[in-house]
Amino acid sequence: MQMSIDHQEIFSFPDNDSEENKEITLQEIQQRIKDITLVLSDFKKYRQENHSRTEYLDLLRHDLCIYYSYNDFLMGKLMDMFPLTELMEYLEASEVPRPLTIRTNSLKTRRRDLAAALINRGVNLDPLGKWTKVGLVVYSSQVPLGATPEYLAGHYMIQGASSLLPVMALAPQENERVLDMCSAPGGKGSHIASIMKNTGVLFANDANRERIKAVVANFHRLGVINAIISCEDGCKFRNVMTGFDRILLDAPCTGTGVVAKDPSVKSTKNEVDVQRCYNLQRKLLLTAIDCVDAKSKTGGYIVYSTCSVLPEENEWVIDYALKKRNVKLVPTGLDFGVEGFTKYRQYRFHPSLNLTRRYYPHTHNMDGFYVAKLKKFSNTIPMTKEQQEADEKELDEAITNAESVVNKNTDPMEKSVHEENELRRPLGKHAGKPNLSEVEIDLKKRKLVESKTKYIANEFEKPLKVQKKHKVDHKTVSLTPSKKSKNTELKVNKSDIPQNGREEEQQAKNLKVPKTKKMVENLSNVLEGKPQRKENKIKMKSKTIGQLKKDKKKIKN
Amino acid sequence: MKRLSDERAKILFEKLSKYIGTNVKQLIDRPDGTYCFREHRDRVYYVSERILKLSECFGPEKLVCVGTCFGKFSKTNKLKFHITALYYLAPYAQYKVWVKPSFEQQYLYGNHIAKSGLGRITENAGQYQGVVVYSMNDLPLGFGVLARSTTECKTADPMTTVCFHQSDIGEYIRSEDTLF
Repeated sequence: MQMSIDHQEIFSFPDNDSEENKEITLQEIQQRIKDITLVLSDFKKYRQENHSRTEYLDLLRHDLCIYYSYNDFLMGKLMDMFPLTELMEYLEASEVPRPLTIRTNSLKTRRRDLAAALINRGVNLDPLGKWTKVGLVVYSSQVPLGATPEYLAGHYMIQGASSLLPVMALAPQENERVLDMCSAPGGKGSHIASIMKNTGVLFANDANRERIKAVVANFHRLGVINAIISCEDGCKFRNVMTGFDRILLDAPCTGTGVVAKDPSVKSTKNEVDVQRCYNLQRKLLLTAIDCVDAKSKTGGYIVYSTCSVLPEENEWVIDYALKKRNVKLVPTGLDFGVEGFTKYRQYRFHPSLNLTRRYYPHTHNMDGFYVAKLKKFSNTIPMTKEQQEADEKELDEAITNAESVVNKNTDPMEKSVHEENELRRPLGKHAGKPNLSEVEIDLKKRKLVESKTKYIANEFEKPLKVQKKHKVDHKTVSLTPSKKSKNTELKVNKSDIPQNGREEEQQAKNLKVPKTKKMVENLSNVLEGKPQRKENKIKMKSKTIGQLKKDKKKIKN
Repeated sequence: MKRLSDERAKILFEKLSKYIGTNVKQLIDRPDGTYCFREHRDRVYYVSERILKLSECFGPEKLVCVGTCFGKFSKTNKLKFHITALYYLAPYAQYKVWVKPSFEQQYLYGNHIAKSGLGRITENAGQYQGVVVYSMNDLPLGFGVLARSTTECKTADPMTTVCFHQSDIGEYIRSEDTLF
């Protein structure tokens, strides 16, 4: 005991030269990881004066990358997300596969009957947990679970515990119109159908024609008869059909939460992959929001889920949607899970993001997962068509840009970071200007945008107090057209949030109930796009005096 | 999605009545709304009219499947039922065959049912009668055609085939690529 403490206390930072020359064993690395963790736990006490914290962290990241065979990028992300002790738990848990779980198909059988039938076949199983009535966890089995007569007869579906969560959050009701946007292989889709008891209509869509076969097979096997299975591009779904009561968007992602299933994720994913994923996810989420009918009597909900743990693919995407559409976050209805981040490194997300849920291998013994439930409260889109198209274009370009960068990267000669930067910011406009780093550029743009919004907010200060009571309902209204670049738009300044929130809320109110002409004029000052101004005036005119009186009463209340 | 031609509709109902007899009526006259048969890329789908209407929003290329697939017409206009039709055939079946637990696996691999594997059989079934095959705990496993009538079955050798295999639920795995 004394020995080990001694050893740790005299942990000396390896010299650069000796480190490169010397081969170190995995055990030594493991020891060094422990040592550095200890040093970092009480940095003042254990540090060596001539080495900074970043040096220690870099060495630790390097060691962790070797020990767990991650690449530098992903490990860096994980180190940003977790405190050190939790990080170690997470990494350890990610190495072990999760227990095999099955979902009872309540359309055909009951969990108790299924358990009895499977136990007869020599399967050792238990109910999954108190939170689900259909899940079973399988400890061992003498027969292949994917080929028992019960499986073929559609009595159960093999799926991870985590994939039950988004459907539970979605909570579909009978006789609703529900869309599963990225449905392959149909596990979650059939779960939805079984909760709806084969009533209503379930739309299962997937863009991949090969994978859609699995959906058809699984739906038929499980006895889902109310489904329409289609092979559309998810991003174009609003052209096909809108007016859904609920939509489940289990977005395609980098899969950083399921490294136990697919270890190749640990070493292959890089920044560009993540970037491409979150751009696609944003596009899909906006489409999903557009497809939902806010006036639905029972629904109007969107559930967004990924099997990734990176905030870029989760909180960022939701935060983006909150700004671009009339949606707000609501509790997922799941009574466990870690709250989503509201702040991550230098980024600040909308405070209501704590209603979303994260799941980790080390805390919940299921794959890394993220679930967010959104409610759409208005069918209007808080931006002009031009802005919308610009957004679309931006996302499209971001996706294609990412691809082109990938293509470039395959050429080993052109791998330098400098060139990547150039790709993003072409010369011409920036020629001759000082080469600002990305952070500086972001700061500059943010200041510019802030200066505009701040000025407008002053005009609105007075009427705000009256409407404070409604704050809860309209907390997440977002109307400010974002002019920031794709890299900056999610970096909201801390002081920016409450102010913006109030002001936006005000705008939303005014859009609905133009109180007086003055207000409308004020509003038109705020809204920069001309077409919107016209619309508002027309709306005003169409309201009768009686309606206006009613509106006034509402506001007073 | 298009309506079945008269000729194809006739073939379909003849085939259906082989397995479920007069219960075909129950598929058409349902208390819970109108259901209909539709054809999409030679495959026959059985679906509620309400859902069918919604499916019209999709282009024919983009639409993969609506409701339940019953089977597929061959180029020579012969209808072959897929295992997916079992969902509707099983509850309405008039003639049934039960296989012993020891024979279950063999049947699920696509073998004909020998007398030795036969557990129970409905009375009065004639030769070439369409039947639905069940396991002894009443799990529908597939469907087929009797090779011998019920009375002949009783006197047959243990090794003789009593029921020809047509389709079984093992096909969900064995022929996922060709079925859908």
